[in-house]
Amino acid sequence: MIRFESVSKTYPRSKRPALHRVNLDVERGEFVFLVGASGSGKSTLLRLVLREDVATRGSVHVAGRDVARLSSWKVPHLRRQMGVVFQDFRLLPGKNVFDNVAFALQVIGKSRHHIAQVVPETLELVGLAGKERRLPHELSGGEQQRVAIARAFVNRPAILLADEPTGNLDPETSAGIMKLLERINRTSTTILMATHDTGTVDALRKRVVQLEGGVVVRDEAAGGYATGALRAVDEADRSPVDGPGGPGGGRGADTGWAGARPGATEVWR
Amino acid sequence: MRVRFLASEILGGLRRNTAMTVSVVLVTFVSLVFVGAGALLQLQVNQMKDYWYDRVQVSVFLCTADSEAPTCTSGEVTPSQRDAVLAELRSPTLQPYVESVQFESKADAYARFQQQFAGTAIAESATEDQLNESFRVKLTDPTKYDVVTQFFAGTPGVEQVQDQRRVLDPFFTVLNVATAVAGGFALVMIVAAALLIATTIRLSAFSRRRETGIMRLVGASKLLIQLPFLLEGVLAAVVGAALAVGALYAAVRFGVQGWLVEALPLFGYVGTHQVWLVAPVLVAVAVLLAGTASVTTLSRYLRV
Ligand SMILES: Nc1ncnc2c1ncn2[C@@H]1O[C@H](COP(=O)(O)OP(=O)(O)O)[C@@H](O)[C@H]1O
Ligand SMILES: [Mg+2]
Repeated sequence: MIRFESVSKTYPRSKRPALHRVNLDVERGEFVFLVGASGSGKSTLLRLVLREDVATRGSVHVAGRDVARLSSWKVPHLRRQMGVVFQDFRLLPGKNVFDNVAFALQVIGKSRHHIAQVVPETLELVGLAGKERRLPHELSGGEQQRVAIARAFVNRPAILLADEPTGNLDPETSAGIMKLLERINRTSTTILMATHDTGTVDALRKRVVQLEGGVVVRDEAAGGYATGALRAVDEADRSPVDGPGGPGGGRGADTGWAGARPGATEVWR
Repeated sequence: MRVRFLASEILGGLRRNTAMTVSVVLVTFVSLVFVGAGALLQLQVNQMKDYWYDRVQVSVFLCTADSEAPTCTSGEVTPSQRDAVLAELRSPTLQPYVESVQFESKADAYARFQQQFAGTAIAESATEDQLNESFRVKLTDPTKYDVVTQFFAGTPGVEQVQDQRRVLDPFFTVLNVATAVAGGFALVMIVAAALLIATTIRLSAFSRRRETGIMRLVGASKLLIQLPFLLEGVLAAVVGAALAVGALYAAVRFGVQGWLVEALPLFGYVGTHQVWLVAPVLVAVAVLLAGTASVTTLSRYLRV
């Protein structure tokens, strides 16, 4: 579904590459965590999948197509096969829940009839039935993220990209969001989620790809966040590590701050 | 669905920065008034040229009873003098310069005079006797009028040889200068309008970057993302153009036809139908101006 072949990305006016010779193969229906410290290149990798940017070297294939070769007027069609969710939700403050979700369909020209049918279904799926008329500021952070997920999923994309979707949420709320993402994953939607939320990664035991300074240092099926697992993988010698793995002990844990607000209730914004 | 979406986006955008929209309307209005005024002045020049140049280039005026020129001492031109002048015009010397000759009798002159100044005080006070008989000479090359002028200098019975273009030249000069001035102002104002439209669209794109960002991510087409901004600029400019057409119409209707025609009845003036000739040009200029300014701005400041 998503294939990176020796992909490097160096931003203009920057010496150090944000990604360096990344190889990655994600099958249809897989759930992959992308972990690593801040600045390790997680967002950059997602941006390349979305073709918000193009790789400096190597090639990125999405749904069998080389995204760099796609002419610019075909890029929107590529993006219609993907949904994206961000840490900061990115809802339109003036539109209510229903309209925020409907917006994604309106702008790709779906009929009103289709919208009237699909939007309530999706809101029901994400657990927001009955809150259609609320404005974003009348919702908790977790609920806002559910709206964002509904908007990303309403067109039933084959791929869902999530860039630290639980980064602004407390652990309890995060767990709810993760349940929702798992449910979406079970509809054979491929999910690629960047995070440095230790608890979440450890709880789900999904495939984990770890980046460090733009290099993939670990690619482990059913892994945890802790880098202790890295050593275990190295010993088992079944990791397609590309580039210097290095011990790098505890580096991921340093930035895994998501559990730092124990007991915090949902933040009302 | 998308039409409704576009309409609501455009209206929303215009409402959101009303002050900027109003200033775009006003600046395009003023700049297009200058463009339109320049165009109408040139139409006026052309109308006068058509009227005068086509009819005649050189008039050989024959003496009337009260002509005071030295060649008219014998009073009104005699038939033999008149025939002599015509013979000269058809002589081998002048023939290469002369395309055609037409005789205008006093009655012809009077009729034309009445038509030209219909409804004015001059027309009412003029009598047939005051007007000259003349030969209206069309030249093969209008710039060679000097040949005819000099040829008839001192010929008995010829009061004056007049190159009509020379009489009109001061008017044309005034009108051409006025056109140049209007054109200069128009140019400056159009530059201002283009920059203002660019700035407005840039601000508009900035204030809606969240929306356009989401549109991009969910796969809205480039066109749909850009079109609201483009149409916003074009719509404001077209409103400005409509105001300019209205202002020019009022100026011609009440200023020229309602006042100048009476106050300065020297020749025919442009009328409101010429305003309708200029109107589509102004709208086209507005669309082109706003379109170009928008597209260049959007390509720089709006990611799609
Ligand atoms: N638009 C950009 N221009 C220049 N450098 C950037 C840009 N975006 C990210 N970077 C750099 O690329 C590296 C990776 O960033 P990013 O992919 O955002 O990491 P992460 O999401 O893992 O925190 C960082 O060093 C960052 O400074
Ligand atoms: Mg990031």
